[in-house]
Amino acid sequence: MMKQVLHLRVNGQTHELYIEPHKTLLEALREDLDLTGTKHGCELGECGACTVLVDGTPILACLALPIELQGREITTVEGMAHGAELHPLQRSFAELNAAQCGYCTAGMMLSAKALLDHEKNPTREQIRDALAGNLCRCTGYEKILDAVERVASEQSTVESK
Amino acid sequence: MLRLPPFTYHVPRSIDDAVNLYAQYGADAMFVAGGTDLYPNMKRRQFEPKVLIGLNALTELRGITNDNGITLRAGTSLAQISAHPILQSQYAALAIAAQLVSTPQLRAMGTLGGNLCLDTRCNYYDQEFWWRKALGFCMKKDGEICMVAPGSPRCWAVSSTDCAPVVIALDGRVRLVSPRGERVIAATDLYRDDGIEYLGKARDELLTEIILPPADGVKSVYLKLRRRDSFDFPILGVAAALRFAPNGEIETARLVLGGVGSRPLECIESARLMIGQKLSRDVIDAAAEAAWKPARPLDNTDSTHGYRKKMARVYVTRALETLAE
Repeated sequence: MMKQVLHLRVNGQTHELYIEPHKTLLEALREDLDLTGTKHGCELGECGACTVLVDGTPILACLALPIELQGREITTVEGMAHGAELHPLQRSFAELNAAQCGYCTAGMMLSAKALLDHEKNPTREQIRDALAGNLCRCTGYEKILDAVERVASEQSTVESK
Repeated sequence: MLRLPPFTYHVPRSIDDAVNLYAQYGADAMFVAGGTDLYPNMKRRQFEPKVLIGLNALTELRGITNDNGITLRAGTSLAQISAHPILQSQYAALAIAAQLVSTPQLRAMGTLGGNLCLDTRCNYYDQEFWWRKALGFCMKKDGEICMVAPGSPRCWAVSSTDCAPVVIALDGRVRLVSPRGERVIAATDLYRDDGIEYLGKARDELLTEIILPPADGVKSVYLKLRRRDSFDFPILGVAAALRFAPNGEIETARLVLGGVGSRPLECIESARLMIGQKLSRDVIDAAAEAAWKPARPLDNTDSTHGYRKKMARVYVTRALETLAE
């Protein structure tokens, strides 16, 4: 099948890609843009490891086609830090040992980021619901929830000052 | 790695354009909206369309209109369905069902129309190409024999949609558009009792709208049985919709089970038992007993068919108890 020229906005930058229509966003990010932070998990929509944000909403890159996402703002884990300054979620995950192998972490943090960008003071239950599409085989989830909760409370403390 | 097979991707500018494109490409083409069912199936080589007609950009296929009942365009996302205030208050079972589908990411991508047209599922079918080739292909895809019921002349793949039992229980209708024109049918007629030919619409018909009548005091609920609290398809779904008279007697009743056959199963006898009665313990028990009998799940999804059949009675009881409050 013929390759096509497509334009994707990823982490605030526009990229020109020359790819076949059946290439998924996950494959394009990793293979054509060298953004390997987004992971291959199940590739069938059953694990959440490939979670990225499109216009702030978590979706699965393994089931998304670049051809449909031109003009949308895509955020990957590489877009969370600002230069050398970690995103609060990255710092919290690191400090609270919320990652063991780290494979689910990119997806977890992006799902959490989307929640915290919309919900100022989520309950642990709401955090659990927001992360319900991201599986972790290592941690048992508790430290991941702790790390998100800590950022949520930091966020709301700053707000109330 | 699981890569998609090659295809060309077309973006129609209107519903008519989409339908005409399909007519042009015929058997080589498939419609795709969110792709959350079709793309995994294509990765497993259950489908290999050479042409995809993408529906995501069609604003004509998105939105909810509240006017003498409620019209839901088929491309509306499950996330939007679950969050809509009128659905939550007047057609509660549909908001509940949409919220219980899969995960947040998939609900953002997936559509109501897609959930209604979901492919039927089976442990022997929903496997990668190499797994199916190693075991031997099954009747639903490339083989001759149903692996679950080897002596059977038909396929027993299971209807796995959460929204279909609800749309049927709410007296929903669906609009189908094709080169031959449009038709509106009762939602129950969208389904056939067969694991392969499970849809009552022609391949070239596009599902565009789901039409629900005025709620008119109908109380509804949907309960879903699955192993985990997320991700999983229903291994049993119970959709119940009742209208109560001021004196507490049941005026209308519809009870539909999902996940127990190749199509949603309506419990006609249970509904009949409830009409004109108050929702007492005895009536609930009788309705649950009548619903349990015709449910005949097979061993082709998660859990054992014996457990799923037993749970039909339990979940119908719970659904009716919820509506009795």
